[in-house]
Amino acid sequence: MINRKIAPEIKDAVDFDITLKPCEKFTLDNGIPVYVVKSDEQDTLQLEMVFPGGSWFETENLVASAANFLMKNGSSKHSALEINESIDYHGAYLNRNSHHETATYTLHCLTKHLTQLLPVLQEVILDPSFSEEELATFQQNMKQRLAVNLQKCDFVANRHIDKYLFGELHPYGRVSSMEAYDALQTQTLHAFYKQHYTYNNCKIFVAGNLPANMVPLLNQYFGTTKWNGETTIIRPQIPILPAEEKKFRIFNDENGVQGAVRVARHFPNRYHPDFPKMLVLNTIFGGYFGSRLMSNIREEKGYTYGISSQIYNFRQSSAINIHTEAGRDVCEATIKEIYKELHTLQQEEVPEEELHLVRNFMIGSILGDLDGAFQIIQRWKNLILNDLDENYFYNNIHTIKTITAAELQQLAQQYFTPEDFYELVVI
Amino acid sequence: MIHYNKFTLANGLRVIVHEDHTTPMAVLNVMYDVGARDEDPNKTGFAHLFEHLMFGGSINIPDYDEPLQVAGGENNAFTTSDLTNYYITLPAENIETAFWLESDRMLSLAFDEKSLDVQRKVVSEEFKEHYINKPYGDVWHKMRDLAYSTHPYKWMTIGKELSHIEDARLEDVKAFFFKYYRPVNAILVVGGHVTLEQVKTLTEKWFGDIPSGEKFPRKLPVEPKQTAAHKLEVKANVPLDALYKCYHMPGRVEKQYYAVDLISDILGGGASSRLNQVLVKEKKLFSNIDCYHFGTLDAGLLTIEGKLVKGVKMKDAEKAVQIEIDKIQQEIIPERELQKVKNRVESMLAFEDMELLNRANNLAFYELMGDAELMNKEFSNYEAITTEDLHREAQELFDEKNSNTIYYYADK
Repeated sequence: MINRKIAPEIKDAVDFDITLKPCEKFTLDNGIPVYVVKSDEQDTLQLEMVFPGGSWFETENLVASAANFLMKNGSSKHSALEINESIDYHGAYLNRNSHHETATYTLHCLTKHLTQLLPVLQEVILDPSFSEEELATFQQNMKQRLAVNLQKCDFVANRHIDKYLFGELHPYGRVSSMEAYDALQTQTLHAFYKQHYTYNNCKIFVAGNLPANMVPLLNQYFGTTKWNGETTIIRPQIPILPAEEKKFRIFNDENGVQGAVRVARHFPNRYHPDFPKMLVLNTIFGGYFGSRLMSNIREEKGYTYGISSQIYNFRQSSAINIHTEAGRDVCEATIKEIYKELHTLQQEEVPEEELHLVRNFMIGSILGDLDGAFQIIQRWKNLILNDLDENYFYNNIHTIKTITAAELQQLAQQYFTPEDFYELVVI
Repeated sequence: MIHYNKFTLANGLRVIVHEDHTTPMAVLNVMYDVGARDEDPNKTGFAHLFEHLMFGGSINIPDYDEPLQVAGGENNAFTTSDLTNYYITLPAENIETAFWLESDRMLSLAFDEKSLDVQRKVVSEEFKEHYINKPYGDVWHKMRDLAYSTHPYKWMTIGKELSHIEDARLEDVKAFFFKYYRPVNAILVVGGHVTLEQVKTLTEKWFGDIPSGEKFPRKLPVEPKQTAAHKLEVKANVPLDALYKCYHMPGRVEKQYYAVDLISDILGGGASSRLNQVLVKEKKLFSNIDCYHFGTLDAGLLTIEGKLVKGVKMKDAEKAVQIEIDKIQQEIIPERELQKVKNRVESMLAFEDMELLNRANNLAFYELMGDAELMNKEFSNYEAITTEDLHREAQELFDEKNSNTIYYYADK
């Protein structure tokens, strides 16, 4: 008979030797850098083109995201339908995303279809037409979507907490609005596109099972000309203007049965030495299923389906944001418990057993996250776009493995003071 | 081709091993053949509530999550109308921890009153978050009730009403466990950086002595063929009118399923799909419209759902949807369009198979459907579909008498 009360032996995750599989770099004839992580195990590939076309660089609200979205909706040669048709016909996905800093186009496809898809991608990136009709449909549909979202307490809470932290004029705190959608014009979108989606501002990240002639293919479609000309993108300095008031209560729906709770504060960006350490403290506090917040507020009190704490990894300045949707009548009790947990981490050292668990959990997670070429290129992309190298990655792992309970307590004393937090409930 | 080996323990537990030595990780997936469709109509939401209780400690191990996290692992679970699935991902060196944890909770739970108490509250909050406190959140509750007269798909997995969850008692929990959570009713898949021999030894060691249990006879009431269109009008505090149309479709195990799945993709899959192109882009009647289904094992619902552009009349919007439905019923679908949706399926399957966890989960699901090998035959089932098959299935599917429509009006 086995003794089921005794756990099997484990290998401590901190003893795992984690290596970030290297990333190859090529340069196209016109200078575009191409970063590559190959793997031959599947028949799929991912190709991502990254531009400095995020909201940081827009001069009018929503221009960056609208330009990014509408590039795919028609070129001088083909309609949006024809473009979508040729992507769908090959079972491919062409996703676009606009963030604070960057804007991206990502192609996922079966390797065998790549040669048919590259001309389509080229047209989307090099020759978008920004038609009036496509813009009008976009404006109407996005406004409708916004109207629905504005009824959701979590959506409204996210908008407000960012506004308090960074100010509503700052790209991190700026939110969409009906007026901003109405104000969009094709000329502005086209000008923004021309300025930011240029050959000399482009970076390409490729992963998966690549055809042998990948580099010549990319050269053929993106590497021979100085498309859209050479532009210089100047990163404007934008001051953060946080709200002076710290506590907010908003009624969005008088019949709401839950409230969206947010408790947040500023935190230095990823270049600050406290950043990797805070990743560990934040995990203990609210970053995994067994966290302090989850154990207390979900598993002990049953106030919510889920609660977590997150660290924004914005470039200029980041923040810690605790978020949950809780029963309407327990929102205030939830906030009280959040402060109690912050306070405990300031007052008492994290027990060695818990710290050991969190180290292992975090290392196990990283090991799982590095599984597969698509995940690995993602890591490299984050390093490269933030002007970092693999030492940053290894340094983070070193921090997870070696940080002490005393250091964590000191960190909590510095950053977990309740008075420094904004708090918000939206019902 | 997904490679795997299969064996069965003396107690009836079916085991599938999928070796993949390109990853340092391992996955352990347990699927129980029980879902919301097996619930008592007066105790709905139970299968899902039970899933939560599976994390409240087992007979020999007071805390499930903690030792797993110490081993560098993560886990989660989900419940559907048809099944309940639990999965663990962890560094392959520590796979035995997963065996230990998963086998102990199959042996017996701790049946802790406090855990039941808290999870009742947690599930109530989940119910509120997803189905009450969201615009249009109640529509599936209403649609299932409208479309099904008899079959247990009549209620949602989360439960018909909050009170069913609030009334759950510990004795119900025990009875449920010993009826459904037995080796004979479970499928274990172990995948990743493991070997068949290793898994055989570990399975025998940890799961071998769990009493087999009895295979319960599933005698679900059969939904009679719908003979007249159902319609329902709703007014609610939402900003936009919405239209929902559902048609009864074949279950996941039927041959006709594949044609209907392709029809749903022709109508609603991707930006170039018919409904999106005609109704959103050309006629501008909807701000978004989708066509989808849940792939349920028993006969399910093919759904068309869209939000109307402000100012558009419901009857005009519905008429325009009907034109597209008539077209797919009356006209043969062009070969190129059929090829497009087949290519989309091929690609979707390939991307799905990239993740070890998906492969493990799918192997369990296909085994539950009858045979894990079905996973490797899946694409050929789609490839075999002809435009005539689509035409034939569309006739039956989109029969007006087979339809259920909800007109969801903005109360402003």
